[in-house]
Amino acid sequence: MSTTTEPAAHAAPVKTGPGAPPPPGGAGRRGLRPVAVQHRAGWLFSTPFLVLFAVFMALPIVATLVMSFTDFGLRNVTDPFSAEFIGFENYTKLMDDEKFLTSLFNTAYFVVVGVPLTVGVGLFVAVLLNNGIDRARTFFRVGFYAPVVTSIVAIAVVWRFVLDPSDGLIAGLASEVGLTSPDFLGSEALAMPSLIVMAVWRNLGTVMVLFIAGLQAIPPDIREAARLDGASTWQEFRRITVPLLRPTMLYTTVITTIGYLNVFEEPFVMTQGGPSNSTLTVSLSMYREGFNFFHMGYASAMAYVLFVVIMAITVLQLRLLKDNTK
Amino acid sequence: MSAAPTTTPPPTAPAGTNEPAGPVSSAGPARPTPAARLRKAAVYALLSLGLLLMVAPFLWMGLSAFKTDRELNASPPVWIPTEWTTEHFGELLDKLDVPLYFLNSLTVAVLVTLCNLVFCSMLGYALAKLRFGGKNKIFALVLAALMVPGNLMLLPLFVLMSKLQLIDSYAGLVLPFAAQAFGVFLMRQFMQSIPDELLEAARIDGAREWYIFWRIAMPLVKPALATLSILIFLGSWNNFVWPLIATNDPGKYTLPVALATFATDPNQSDGSNGMLMVGSLLIILPVLLVFMVLQRHFTQGLATTGLK
Repeated sequence: MSTTTEPAAHAAPVKTGPGAPPPPGGAGRRGLRPVAVQHRAGWLFSTPFLVLFAVFMALPIVATLVMSFTDFGLRNVTDPFSAEFIGFENYTKLMDDEKFLTSLFNTAYFVVVGVPLTVGVGLFVAVLLNNGIDRARTFFRVGFYAPVVTSIVAIAVVWRFVLDPSDGLIAGLASEVGLTSPDFLGSEALAMPSLIVMAVWRNLGTVMVLFIAGLQAIPPDIREAARLDGASTWQEFRRITVPLLRPTMLYTTVITTIGYLNVFEEPFVMTQGGPSNSTLTVSLSMYREGFNFFHMGYASAMAYVLFVVIMAITVLQLRLLKDNTK
Repeated sequence: MSAAPTTTPPPTAPAGTNEPAGPVSSAGPARPTPAARLRKAAVYALLSLGLLLMVAPFLWMGLSAFKTDRELNASPPVWIPTEWTTEHFGELLDKLDVPLYFLNSLTVAVLVTLCNLVFCSMLGYALAKLRFGGKNKIFALVLAALMVPGNLMLLPLFVLMSKLQLIDSYAGLVLPFAAQAFGVFLMRQFMQSIPDELLEAARIDGAREWYIFWRIAMPLVKPALATLSILIFLGSWNNFVWPLIATNDPGKYTLPVALATFATDPNQSDGSNGMLMVGSLLIILPVLLVFMVLQRHFTQGLATTGLK
């Protein structure tokens, strides 16, 4: 550290003589130092990230793929190279695994219902916050964003209490008016919707903040002009806000979809996939196969099926939503 | 972002407001009509109701931490405790080594944050301000890394950490998160705003790239560093899945893992909601406080990584 405080003057002349020629292509003011110096510095500056990336991301990504073609199990944790190649056996087994198909269905359910709700409510709140009020905007924004910064474990403790059928919050309020509360998390039909509501509550803030940023990037004079031409609030929203917000909408939809396809924490802390696998998601299946039963080869195959699904859906969404802008 | 209203030339109400409320402007109606006022009231009511739904669980958590067991289990639920008690705090501290877990979480979060501040800034600077072959490929790699789901890496990462004997160690908790792609992306965005002339001037004066990065570029992107610190610290503090996998020794648990383990162990927690509410409060209180003070940086960071 202390060496950096010296202006390094003694080192500099070696590389840059006063008469050093500008680099070919002559990007004038950038060329005062030989490009080679920047080239070397560029790679040096990239090295820490690239090393960590290679070891803790690239290697595992490839390893998961390799593992998915093996019978990788508990004993291979200490002796990885003794795992045997079994070709596509894990993948063919997956296609007959009823539990896995259920988890695919449940994940799709979560995404199909959860994404439009999250994006829709997030947009609604953002528009209200941005256009409808002029006071306490920060106050509201902080409130809606608060769940995003909260640990899932803390959220689970409170939401379990909210949903508890015997002495929970909803049960208590229901009994006040003479109703009985359903057993939200214990019912096959209601467990997943409950988790979806929880996820919307938890992720609304992220989407809202992105939409607010998008809304504020819309030049005010465009709205001004529309209003002068006599556009109603609804017309202004439909014809100006929504089209100009397309990029944000595309982005929020894509990231929310990716996040929800990976959904793990909500079912893990709230229901462990139950009752009768009604909230078993693909990520949760993978976690269980991998870390509870140590069927790591099989779990890797699940991870890759999910990965391919995510890539396919993301590409599809980018195509569909982009075309719509034209 | 939030500065937008003050930078728009016509001094109307905040930019994008439907009904200019304050000073009369040349455009738009001079005074809110009764219909407009009614609509504004409806918007406030709707937002307040929404806000209540959003924060009710937090209020409940905060209040319940101070309730007696009788009021905790009361049906219909009691919102405001009639007799305030701190007995659950003592109870939880007796059964769960909260200071240890707190310290574990804090250590990991601080180390992860420091690593990212240095590594992400370095690459961000290189990508924004240095010309070198391979730059575009590295940037493409960063973007690709943003899209890979974390769950894909869990299994081999666990095997790798076992082989490296880093299970139950701080290194095992820190290293996989020490250089995050979104941090590089964020820093690159901010580094781009530094004028090239400034860096050129330093180069003419014979400064080396490291000096320029550390002494000139870094001080100029302090707001970005603040944003990155908050986002990374928070992500680490709330991280649950990896610490759950990478620790077996309760002495190395982070706070969320410790509380989740405690909550699902009926022998320990006695099913006492009071203790769990206290524990949850202890997890979220630090981040909630930091967040409220620095919330502008959060939203700025999200908007930057999200849109540009």
